[in-house]
Amino acid sequence: MNNPTPTALFAAFFRIGITSFGGGLVAYLRDELVTHKNWLSSDEFLAALEIGQTLPGLNSVNVAIIAGRKLAGPAGAIAAAVGLVIPGAVILCVLGVLYARFRNHPDVVAALAGIAAAAVGLLLQVTLKIGAKQFVEPRALFFILLTFVLVGLCHVSLPVVLFLVAPMAILLHRPPKETAT
Amino acid sequence: MKELVSLLNAFCLLSLLAVGGGSAVLPQMEHETVSIHGWVSAADFATIYSLGQMAPGPNMTMVGLIGFKAAGITGMLVVLLAFYLPSSVLTYAASHLWDACKNSPWRDAVQKGMAPITIGLMLAGVYAVGKTASYNPAHSLEFNGITCGIGLAVAAILFARRINPALLILAGGVAGWFFLR
Repeated sequence: MNNPTPTALFAAFFRIGITSFGGGLVAYLRDELVTHKNWLSSDEFLAALEIGQTLPGLNSVNVAIIAGRKLAGPAGAIAAAVGLVIPGAVILCVLGVLYARFRNHPDVVAALAGIAAAAVGLLLQVTLKIGAKQFVEPRALFFILLTFVLVGLCHVSLPVVLFLVAPMAILLHRPPKETAT
Repeated sequence: MKELVSLLNAFCLLSLLAVGGGSAVLPQMEHETVSIHGWVSAADFATIYSLGQMAPGPNMTMVGLIGFKAAGITGMLVVLLAFYLPSSVLTYAASHLWDACKNSPWRDAVQKGMAPITIGLMLAGVYAVGKTASYNPAHSLEFNGITCGIGLAVAAILFARRINPALLILAGGVAGWFFLR
C-alpha cells in the first residue's frame, strides 16, 4: 500500500472538509480513504471507526486522527484533523459575521427561526434513527430515559451522570464469566 | 483573559465528555454557555447550532462561534482548540492501546452499555435546542405551531427518503422567511 505524505493527507481531508455539506461525514471519509485513494482497507477503516466512536470526541475527527497517524505518523494525524476542520471553520466565520450584522433584520430573524426549527428536526431524526433498536429494548430504554431526565431536565452535570450511570450500564452488559479474560 | 480561561476550561471538559459524538454534549454545552456563563443567549445558541448544520465538515465546529461571541477571534481559536485537541490527543494515544485489548470481552460491554446513554444525551440535546427553536413560550401559538411543524416535517422527510440534510435546513429557512415574518 502506498503511504501518502502529510501534505497529501491534508489535501484529501481538506477536500472532504469543504464538500461534506449536510453531515454524514463518516461516509465521505470511507469513500475517500477506502474507495478512492486506497489508503486503508475496508477492515482497517472499520477498526478506526470503532475506536473513534468509543472514545470521546467527534467520530469524524477521531477517524481522521487514527487514519492520519496510521498513514503518516504524528504529522499525518495533525494534517488530517486540521484539514478536515478548517474549511467549515472559515465558512462558519463568514456565516457568523453575516449573522452578527443582520441578526435584527425581520427577514433574517424569520429565516433563522425556520433554519433552527429544521435543525431540531434533523437532530431528532438522527437520534431516533441511531437509537431505533435501543428504543424498543426495555433495558436500553430505561437508560435512555434516565440519562435524558438527569441531563436534560434536572441539569445534573454530565461528568456526574457518566460516572454514575455508565458503570451500571456497562456492568449490565458485562461479559459472562467463562469467556472473561 | 479570565474569559478565555473560562472558555478553555469549559470546552476542554466538553471535549473529553463527548462520548459517542458531539451531539452528546449539546445539553451540557447549552447549560454551560447560556445559563452558567451567559456567553450566548438561548436563541443565539439555537441559531449557532443550526448554522453549524449548514456548514460542511464536522458539525460541532459551530462551537467556534460561541467563542467568537464571548471573546472575539481569540475566543474562537481558543474554543476550537479546546474542543478538538483533548479528545484528539486521547484518541491518538488510545489507538496505540486499542489493539492490545482487541480480544477483551469488556470492549463489547463498554460499547453496548454506552449506546443507550449516548441516545439519551442526544435526546436531551434535542430538548436543549428545541426549547427555544421549536417551542418558545415567548412566541405566539401560531409561531410555535409553525416551528414545530417545520421540525417534524424535516424528520419525517428524512425518514421517508435520503436527501441531503443541508438542503432541508435551507428549505426550513425559506419556510421560516415565508411563514414567520
